Amino acid sequence: MTGYPANSILVLVDVSLSGQLRSGAAELIGAAASVGSAVALALAPVGNAERLGSELAALGASQVLIAEPQELASSVVMPTVDALAAAAAAVAPEAVLTANSIRGRDAAARFAARSGSALALDAVGISRDEEGIIAHHSVYGGAYLVDSAASTDALVITLRQGSSELRAEAQPSNVQQLPVAASGAPDATITAYRETAAASSRPELRGADIVVSGGRGLGSGENFSLVEGLADALGGAIGASRAAVDAGYVPQTMQVGQTGVTVAPQLYIALGISGAIQHRAGMQTSKTIIAINKDPDAPIFDIADFGVVGDIFTVVPQLVAAIEAKRG
Amino acid sequence: MKVIVLMKEVPDTYGERTLDLETGLLNRSASEPVLDEITERALEVALSHREKDANTEVILLTVGPDGTLPATLRKGLAMGADRAVHVQDSALLGADLTLTAQVIAAAAKHIGFDLIIAGNASTDGGGGALPSMLTELLGVAGLASLSTVAIDELTVSGGCNTEFDSYEASIDLPGVISVTEALPDARFPNFKGIMAAKKKPFETLDLAQLGIILDEETARSIVISAAQRPARNAGIRIEDAGDAGDQIAEFLAQNQLIKGRSA
Repeated sequence: MTGYPANSILVLVDVSLSGQLRSGAAELIGAAASVGSAVALALAPVGNAERLGSELAALGASQVLIAEPQELASSVVMPTVDALAAAAAAVAPEAVLTANSIRGRDAAARFAARSGSALALDAVGISRDEEGIIAHHSVYGGAYLVDSAASTDALVITLRQGSSELRAEAQPSNVQQLPVAASGAPDATITAYRETAAASSRPELRGADIVVSGGRGLGSGENFSLVEGLADALGGAIGASRAAVDAGYVPQTMQVGQTGVTVAPQLYIALGISGAIQHRAGMQTSKTIIAINKDPDAPIFDIADFGVVGDIFTVVPQLVAAIEAKRG
Repeated sequence: MKVIVLMKEVPDTYGERTLDLETGLLNRSASEPVLDEITERALEVALSHREKDANTEVILLTVGPDGTLPATLRKGLAMGADRAVHVQDSALLGADLTLTAQVIAAAAKHIGFDLIIAGNASTDGGGGALPSMLTELLGVAGLASLSTVAIDELTVSGGCNTEFDSYEASIDLPGVISVTEALPDARFPNFKGIMAAKKKPFETLDLAQLGIILDEETARSIVISAAQRPARNAGIRIEDAGDAGDQIAEFLAQNQLIKGRSA
């Protein structure tokens, strides 16, 4: 093993069971490289190490560790926790960074519990002061900004997906296998599995630059085509309010807000959404907010940069046509 | 089967939630305390199982300050839980996740369990990590963020939809699961349940009784600053006079938000 710099940040990147790097690696490595030397850890099926090493180096990882556990396809999380423990022991990082995804959070939480490390969840950025790594959080729907740090030892941080625009410069490829001793701790056994990403040509809601959301004002699931049309004209992702989800117009995975996805895109367009506090909590840190609603008293207008009191069924088609015309 | 359900008191999301800017802690007195909805759904999973297996005991477990919590927890007893355990100690003020998980793990061992059910993430902290930490600390199997659950005598199975994939998985008991809001709404307590709740056992424990000694050397997550973000101001607002769509397109173009066709 080669040595690791004292300012190493260990980054867990997500790889599919077929060995493909999933979205989010560039963001994690970019954030890590902004405060130290990014050491990427990937769990992958045998035969992908060299290619993944080059891909991760291109994203800015100065060193890449590949673990190839046998139980990758049948175990939910334990191989990842064991690999994190082995990598942390080898690297002695200043911080450990994962995505704040369901699996990333599960792995980070278990690793923190096993290693007795402090845990900082759902960070929207990281930085460094003279005492070490600091995690920045956006709390209660962005109403508060809170910074946290570990009292001692490495801080384990999960980074909100799509929250950081930092990207790192490519590094020379430097990949090695990471030997991992399986802990043998109990784990769940996977009995059925399906990849669900990339089913749509539209961007994912999390991390999208542009989000168009629909609410109760759409009136039906069929009418959601209005939202889709505008999203496609802008190259954006589709979201929904809880009211639209509860009414059965769209699946729960599209829900933006308190109990759904939190987004902070460059542009957020709310169609027929009143803007209940729970919805605003999931989108109010968007850079630019546009709202169209029939009700002039809808609270969404209080935070909109551009609000239109009008009928979405006449305004949106005109808007789509105008966008098409401007784009040429 | 002995089922522990983790309950959490949170500020009602229908009100404004505030942080104490001196400490970075939740300002508890500023909002109405309620049981977190997701923990009520977790309780519903346990109560539904008890309807099928009469030998099931459902125990509520919570950690938090005295004050409103005992009254809030009564709702869970009124819904049908058999008894409640409240861990309360002034040394827990400002406890981070690591300490909270240690305390819950010690309390779960103290009570004894076959299955622990939690909500996947609360509406206030929203971390979504505690069930996973608890699983690791207890050295049992776990399944996080389940959108379907099937419980039988020796195993629990369920489905999970992540950002990239979905899977079905199972664990052998004892174990820990967390559930999402895809699971059914909780039942409402009826009058009979509310009356019965007053007589149900309610145990209060402190850290000494759980054998927990706080170690100053342990790594903790600490708040180093907290600030309020300036309120967002309303911008332009127009009534549609027949050209609102064109005006929005113009606004988007001025702000470079319309991408080229190939971009």
